[in-house]
Amino acid sequence: MAPRWRSSPTGPTLLGATVSYLVLGLWTLVVLFPLYWLAITAFKLPVHVNEGPTYLPFVDFQPSLHAWRYILIDLGNDTLRPYLNTVVVGATSSVLTLVLGAAATYGLSRFTYRVRVASVLVFLLLAVLAAAAVQLGVPWPLAVASGLGTFVLLRTVVLRKAGGPRLGNADIAFWMISQRMLPPVAIVIPIYMLFQQLRMLDTRTALVIAYVAANLPIAVWLLRDYFRTIPIELEESASIDGANRYQILWRIVLPLSLPGLVATFLFIFVLAWNEYLLALFLSSANAQTMPLLVAAQNATRGPQWWYMSVLILLMIGPVIALAIVLERYIARGLLLGAVRG
Amino acid sequence: MHESHPVTTQRASGDAVAIAARRIPRPQERFLAWLDRQAGAVLVLPAVLVILVLSIFPLLFSLYLSLSRFQPVAGGFRIDFVGFANYRKLLLGTEREHFLGSLGHIGVGGWMVFLLLAGLWVFLLWRSLSSGPVTSLRILGHGIVAFAGLLALWLAVRTIAASTGRPGTLVVTWVYVFGGVALQFLVGLLLATLCAQQLPGRRFFRVVFLLPMMITPVGVAYTFRMLTDTGKGPFAPVANWLGYANVSWVNDPWGARIAVMIGDLWQWTPFMFIVLLAALESQSSEPIEAAIVDGANRWQIFWHITLPQIAPVASTVILIRLIEAFKIFDMPNVLTGGGPGTATESLTLHAYVLWRSLDYGTSAAVAYSLLFVVTFVGIAYVRLMHRRLTEAL
Repeated sequence: MAPRWRSSPTGPTLLGATVSYLVLGLWTLVVLFPLYWLAITAFKLPVHVNEGPTYLPFVDFQPSLHAWRYILIDLGNDTLRPYLNTVVVGATSSVLTLVLGAAATYGLSRFTYRVRVASVLVFLLLAVLAAAAVQLGVPWPLAVASGLGTFVLLRTVVLRKAGGPRLGNADIAFWMISQRMLPPVAIVIPIYMLFQQLRMLDTRTALVIAYVAANLPIAVWLLRDYFRTIPIELEESASIDGANRYQILWRIVLPLSLPGLVATFLFIFVLAWNEYLLALFLSSANAQTMPLLVAAQNATRGPQWWYMSVLILLMIGPVIALAIVLERYIARGLLLGAVRG
Repeated sequence: MHESHPVTTQRASGDAVAIAARRIPRPQERFLAWLDRQAGAVLVLPAVLVILVLSIFPLLFSLYLSLSRFQPVAGGFRIDFVGFANYRKLLLGTEREHFLGSLGHIGVGGWMVFLLLAGLWVFLLWRSLSSGPVTSLRILGHGIVAFAGLLALWLAVRTIAASTGRPGTLVVTWVYVFGGVALQFLVGLLLATLCAQQLPGRRFFRVVFLLPMMITPVGVAYTFRMLTDTGKGPFAPVANWLGYANVSWVNDPWGARIAVMIGDLWQWTPFMFIVLLAALESQSSEPIEAAIVDGANRWQIFWHITLPQIAPVASTVILIRLIEAFKIFDMPNVLTGGGPGTATESLTLHAYVLWRSLDYGTSAAVAYSLLFVVTFVGIAYVRLMHRRLTEAL
């Protein structure tokens, strides 16, 4: 391992070390106590909770599995369905995000893009016109087709010769990453109305689509640095051997950046796993995810903390396991992103 | 699609390419070659389209929605353009109390707080302005930021410090963002500095400190509800001893806000910690060794060498957290439901409440106000702080 900086050549003094351990230990307590409380509450009977706080299993109170039995067996499918939804939506959206993100990031790191600002403006203007036409009663396939047709026509005839400023790779990457700045609430109502029109509200598909859009900027942000570290010579030699762009990406770039891909996947997965706002808007019963189920506990059953604790533990268990395995990757990814971002 | 021919699939070897080059290319080969030439577009377009369709168009539509009145009618809805009526409602009309809060009259103490903070703000901006070339554009930029800051400060003081005032969702969000991020940064920096030392068992602390970030905010919010319960929570005996047994923190505006901020602190300090720790560990050791030789003490080393070295990363994590913190929603919604009254409501929660009551127009107006504030704060921060900190190296 590379030598690390030490606070002094001899390391911390005894007093310094003691104070450090005290502060670090205190924060460890701050972090772990809520989790401990969650864990013991899950094994308490209602009477143990309602009669005031008890702290130690087997000493203060006799642990019981009743809450677990209720959540896992009595409720059965009502717990299983949201859990499966969360797993399926999280996994599917993360895979799709990774595919789109990796393709876009690879493109941005290896090709030179020079998009005319004029084309972008024309495209947006035509999109707005098409939307206005739909609003006025034009059938939408017609509006989309004529909009796209006009754009292609204008591009080949007029815009090709037009000068003006152009957007380069850095601009496109910045545009993608800056979407993360957007408060989700500013775009969720139109997305809600879109899925309402498509009759896709409360489906897993709708959630997957929304999560891909929400997490794509993060994938681009984290993957940028992994692709930069791959030596371009390997790709050049493969290209001389006759491999096309897609084969290079599939056989050389992706295998080489596997650690980064895995880390990014898991990071996005955790975000999708924990997501609450979009799920709250876009799903109700069928596509309900775990955060919604946990949040609904208060409304449906009042503060029945023993059940709530079990649900929260079921939800955070896998994530905590991931965090312990992934600690190094996450630190590296976030740092690189932060330095370059 | 095109059926793939055995020859085309084994294109990898050089011979096959040479043979293929001599023949007249077949349609599917031409297609593959075209696809290869267009690789740049093919790779980037899907992502661009996803963002365009699900971020940019909704954003434009939200803008339109914020300027209209939404009415559900039989079999659909009607959207009527109403201009700035929704924004007027937020700033002057029926939603004013909810959004801006109610202004109270401040006494001498309130005025002193205001003048002190305002003086500090103007002084900081003046220093920032005089540190670079004084051009008319920079004067204009600093002037706008100074004015916006003073206006925000005035609103905050009139609603928070005055006994008769009540902060609206805008001010409450500022409290969460600026108070929360400052706390998270200080705690994160302290922990990262301690963990960067050569202490046995550092790895344990690193993993433990990371955990809260990965836990769903909804779960964190419920856990903190249990912890802060003065009757059945773990600290009930303490609350009892202090005489707060029957006083529920959720009924006190500041108690509830502080509970939200503690939950947020618990959850997001890890982000600051982990990035700052990585930055501390990757800094170069020569300047520090040189300083030790020169007899500098630890504090001097930290202040003059370590801090400038990690300043770019520190500035970036603050920026990221500032932007993210403006979106706060899960914690107040689950922990307090926005209550008591609207005391803990953030802007996102405000927009959600309006959406639920089918007032899409005003909801979109709140969302756009949030977007405006985030963008303004983000740009001001990047121009005034971030650039200087990252260029200092």
